Amino acid sequence: MTQADARLSVLKTYKLYVGGKFPRSESGRVYEVTDAKGRWLANAPRASRKDARDAVVAARKAVAGWSGATAYNRGQVLYRVAEMLQGRREQYVAEVADAEGLSKAKSAAQVDAAIDRWVWYAGWTDKVAQVAGGGNPVAGPYFNISAPEPTGVVAVVAPQESALLGLVSVLAPVIATGNAAVVVAAEERPLPALSLAEVLATSDVPGGVVNVLSGRTAEIAPTLAAHQDVNAIDLTGADAELARELEVAAADNLKRVLRPRQPYDWTADPGTGRLTAFLETKTVWHPTGSLGVSGSAY
Amino acid sequence: MTAEHKLFAYAPAPESRSVVDIAPSYGLFVDGEFTEAADGKVFKSVAPATEEVLSEVARAGEADVERAVAAARRAFTSWSALPGAERGKYLFRIARIIQERSRELAVLETLDNGKPIRETRDADLPLVAAHFFYYAGWADKLGYAGFGPDPKPLGVAGQVIPWNFPLLMLAWKIAPALACGNTVVLKPAETTPLSALFFADICRQAGLPRGVVNILPGYGDAGAALVAHPDVDKVAFTGSTAVGKEIARSVAGTDKRLTLELGGKGANIVFDDAPVDQAVEGIVGGIFFNQGQVCCAGSRLLVQESVADEVLDALKRRLATLRLGDPLDKNTDIGAINSAEQLARITELADAGDAEGAQRWTAPCELPDSGYWFAPTLFTGVTQAHRVAREEIFGPVLSVLTFRTPAEAVAKANNTPYGLSAGVWTEKGSRILAMADRLRAGVVWANTFNKFDPTSPFGGYKESGFGREGGRHGLEAYLR
Repeated sequence: MTQADARLSVLKTYKLYVGGKFPRSESGRVYEVTDAKGRWLANAPRASRKDARDAVVAARKAVAGWSGATAYNRGQVLYRVAEMLQGRREQYVAEVADAEGLSKAKSAAQVDAAIDRWVWYAGWTDKVAQVAGGGNPVAGPYFNISAPEPTGVVAVVAPQESALLGLVSVLAPVIATGNAAVVVAAEERPLPALSLAEVLATSDVPGGVVNVLSGRTAEIAPTLAAHQDVNAIDLTGADAELARELEVAAADNLKRVLRPRQPYDWTADPGTGRLTAFLETKTVWHPTGSLGVSGSAY
Repeated sequence: MTAEHKLFAYAPAPESRSVVDIAPSYGLFVDGEFTEAADGKVFKSVAPATEEVLSEVARAGEADVERAVAAARRAFTSWSALPGAERGKYLFRIARIIQERSRELAVLETLDNGKPIRETRDADLPLVAAHFFYYAGWADKLGYAGFGPDPKPLGVAGQVIPWNFPLLMLAWKIAPALACGNTVVLKPAETTPLSALFFADICRQAGLPRGVVNILPGYGDAGAALVAHPDVDKVAFTGSTAVGKEIARSVAGTDKRLTLELGGKGANIVFDDAPVDQAVEGIVGGIFFNQGQVCCAGSRLLVQESVADEVLDALKRRLATLRLGDPLDKNTDIGAINSAEQLARITELADAGDAEGAQRWTAPCELPDSGYWFAPTLFTGVTQAHRVAREEIFGPVLSVLTFRTPAEAVAKANNTPYGLSAGVWTEKGSRILAMADRLRAGVVWANTFNKFDPTSPFGGYKESGFGREGGRHGLEAYLR
């Protein structure tokens, strides 16, 4: 036995990510997370409904700054996430392999695709307004323009199977456009999500823009779906029954709802659907007026 | 009436009713034919200005919804398979026939809805025709709209529309649906079914294939049956936020696509550097257009404290000149409230304004003896907690609040669950842009108000609904 083998490794205490900080669940609860073969990996915090509400408060606080940042700035921040993820690639390859029971090569492909997905959405931040908005040729003397804006706070029920690539594929489009997110991590595979929070915290993503909760999806998600200060909900990781229940609750303040559409192929071209799902279109009118000396200034 | 009023009295100038021939009874329009309701039920459509019964209309029930959805489903196969250019030509035909028959339809709409002929003639009908003309041109260009190279229609659209702009709301629903290759079942409001039934005749004149458009006059039960029908692929609703939420619950867990255009409590914000006369015209148009029965009405006036007295004085002077009365009179500014029920709702909320301590001012005008009327009304001394500041009145009632700083204006404007419209009046360009940026509303009118165009997307933030109608954006709701 070598000396290295004899050394007891230092385990990580996995924590929630709320408002840029790493708290334990206020409930003090944890639950056992195992690998695909049932071997113990860690105790993950089991977030409570109170944790969910705190996360919404943190997200709401972050909306003004993040949505008010320039699109160029948001693009650089998202690209920075890719850079940080690249630097910790090996860690994620191991975590994803454990979580999803993948070979190292297959896990590496997932992590690489996740890194590339951040790059894809980093490039979208300052283009989506041109693709989704534009001038409208109204029949009258008016300047008229439609532009997309973030809807606000988006609750994200992350995919249950694809713990990193799936998560990134649903999270990155939400925040690329200036929304803040509260993510319910994959229930049985939360560790890559909780670790991703460490990357976000060191990537200039302002605290509160992304909040990550681990625990029982069926316990946390209904609180978010019913929360009056949440603007939208992505139901990707909810099964059919839960998704229906969440959609009913979401109707109470008319959240924008992205329904689950199984099965998912996270390696496919993501398109723009997830970007535009959480955007509002604002249309602004102004008279064009005339330069004549008489008559109305408008 | 004072001598001064008499001096400026206008002679009556009524538009002739003879241009429209309203039949004593109408059926449902299903599968290209007018038919009775399965259970034989009918209801009366009444002219709100006179309480005259205009016609007796078949009242759709569940069995009729079944029949209409089946007809739309049968028609979908061939309609969606038509080349886009051919679908577009049908819509162009419809647009042209609407133009030809626009005076007839304007008079009809004024009779059935109670709104002034000046508005139906100059706003509703031109916009209706323009909407069909606009979407007609999209039918063969959908691959260029940014929703993929070969977007497909959804199938059968169930559409439920309100009574405030009956034919215009029909156009907003039917034109994009048909252009994208869907077929529709549309339920007009129970107080204004007639123009939709005239539209059915226009479909006949245009040679539109049977079943592509089905019209089911009826009440909320028919609307509920329509949106709940399992063979409806797409639900589009314009109406109250409460009903919108019910619909959102009812489609939860299904594959049905949903767009909702709901209530509003729009803020019209007047800064101290605004040109007062133009702002006053905008305020008046913002809240008294269509008797304030407009979801995007500027029903909260936010006026900067330093000019509040000046603006209110000018506003009251202007309101005193508004002419309320016969909607068919070409000089009428304010027509009738659409129904006794709506009048009761407006009255109840205005009374709540009194009870909560706001000060009521009513424009000096006589109300006709019959019909449903409410004089233009202002409330001053309104706080954000008052019901008249929070709830959609959907009538000619303006709540006036004041502010000192732009930040306060933004906070007050956004302090509502709604988010449909907002107005900004200022000479300062950068302030317009900064305000427009911060207002959480789907439409922001700067130095203007209540402007509409088929190319311009319309729809709300927050509880004013989701999805957009109009423009390229309006196609998205009808494509996959």
